[in-house]
Amino acid sequence: MKLETFSYLPQMSDADIKKQIEYIVKNGWYPGIEYTETPGPENAYWTFWKLPFFNAETPEEVLEEIQECQRNNPNAYIKLTGYDNKRQCQVFSFVVYKPQAAA
Amino acid sequence: MPNSNPTRGKGDKALFEAGVKEYSAQGRYYYDPDYTPNPTDVLAAFRITPQEGVPWEEAAAAVAAESSSGTWTTVWSDHLTDQARYAGRTYKIEPIPGQENQFMAYIAYPLDLFEEGSMPNLMSSIVGNVFGFKAIRALRLEDLHIPPVLLKTFQGPPHGIVVERDLLNKYGRPLLGATMKPKLGLSAKNYGRVVYEALRGGLDFTKDDENITSQPFMRWYDRARFVMEAVHKAEAETGERKGHYLNVTAGDMEEMYRRAEDAKALGSRIIMVDYLTVGFTAFASLSKWCRRNGILLHAHRAMHAVIDRQKNHGIHWRVLAKWARIVGADHVHNGTIVGKLEGDRVSTLAVADLLREDFVPANKERGIFFDQPWVSMAATMPVASGGIHVWHIPELVALFGDDVVLQFGGGTLGHPWGNAPGATANRVALEAAVKARNEGRDLLREGAQILKEAARFSPALQKAMETWKEIKFDYDTVDSLDR
Repeated sequence: MKLETFSYLPQMSDADIKKQIEYIVKNGWYPGIEYTETPGPENAYWTFWKLPFFNAETPEEVLEEIQECQRNNPNAYIKLTGYDNKRQCQVFSFVVYKPQAAA
Repeated sequence: MPNSNPTRGKGDKALFEAGVKEYSAQGRYYYDPDYTPNPTDVLAAFRITPQEGVPWEEAAAAVAAESSSGTWTTVWSDHLTDQARYAGRTYKIEPIPGQENQFMAYIAYPLDLFEEGSMPNLMSSIVGNVFGFKAIRALRLEDLHIPPVLLKTFQGPPHGIVVERDLLNKYGRPLLGATMKPKLGLSAKNYGRVVYEALRGGLDFTKDDENITSQPFMRWYDRARFVMEAVHKAEAETGERKGHYLNVTAGDMEEMYRRAEDAKALGSRIIMVDYLTVGFTAFASLSKWCRRNGILLHAHRAMHAVIDRQKNHGIHWRVLAKWARIVGADHVHNGTIVGKLEGDRVSTLAVADLLREDFVPANKERGIFFDQPWVSMAATMPVASGGIHVWHIPELVALFGDDVVLQFGGGTLGHPWGNAPGATANRVALEAAVKARNEGRDLLREGAQILKEAARFSPALQKAMETWKEIKFDYDTVDSLDR
């Protein structure tokens, strides 16, 4: 089972994930978090964890949300996304955590 | 807008005699250095090589005349028309550095010359009879500005880059593809195997070759079934959305529609057409079919080099690429810069802008002669394909960014362990490059190091890097920018 962008790389450390969040924020995009227990080609709308983080300024606060999402959904795949409101679309996405059983 | 033209009607009386007159004669409009283009005019930049002894003004006026309202001799019925309203006007001519026998002519065409939403009509005017005209030795259309009023009569790509990413569920990285080889001779079942192996290894797309249609060794309706079985199996195994560009190019439009319908019925997300060899009317019809049916359209540019390769004659690729976006391709092949095919670096990147951006400013250093506003027309994904392999990936990512399809044919299928490891090698290299770029690393400087780091955890990538390390293609391009 692969999960689109970055799924052919080894699991990222929290430090690596923070760099990708920084990339989102630096581009002026809005980070978002989604999760699901049933990933796959037919599942495009995962469940939102809260709303996209329109006011996020540091990677730490987004990483904390990802970790809170994981604590509440230990069997879920968790995805970090980026929205660009100038191009009016999603521009970034990768799975940051997999459930223990899958990882 | 004809009445707003300050030159309208000047000197009409002088033309009431039969016979041959110079195209540049005063009062004939075709050479009019005082003319300021109207915002609704179509503007063309022509590289003209006149016959010996023909003055530049006359050659330029001749091109303007023959590509608009003029003919070689005066006809009485000219005077029943408002000639000022339909004349193409050369409003500027300029020398070309280092080319003594060539010059650049800028011609403005009034909007009324063209039918709304018809690329063949535009082409028959501007690049129709005029290219065989005797007064010129050679002629090349370098750039063409389409004014927003005319552009808005076309619908552009069926879906565009934004919707393509949503349809494919792929964000934040270039897409990865490969053309299936050998080009000709595989049975449908064997062909499906090649597709399956490449997709399961990590590619987003596989592709029919441009000259695969429905030959005796592999009929279309057989290939489509085995290919789509391969796509569905690879999707189920990897959990990722995949596509194979089934080439629906056929001998008539009815059969193209039948093949497109068949691909749709089998669940294909994308189809392909050879947009130059089928012709622009067929291309436009298929593009509209794709919009109605939610299917992406990949356009292959087979035959382009016949038209765009010679520096002094034909049509520059940037114009053919603009036409692909206007008439409606979601993907079109562009140069690779680093690979084996023609394409000057700066000019190729400028064409990528023309395909993707909403406004492209004039910049002669990049070969762009006119501002081109795209007025919200959807964007076309450029495809970099031909002679590229894993070592090129960091540079390709640095140059093209995310919105590009990188296609490695031999660079995937030529992997010594087979297609799936070949695909994995490219996917790992691509993701490593994107991750590093996002972290702020310089891909042009650190590219090799980034690949070596990734190869430590990917034996398939390690093997690919050993296989292709020393291959380089650095011949001079035939077509280049004037410096």
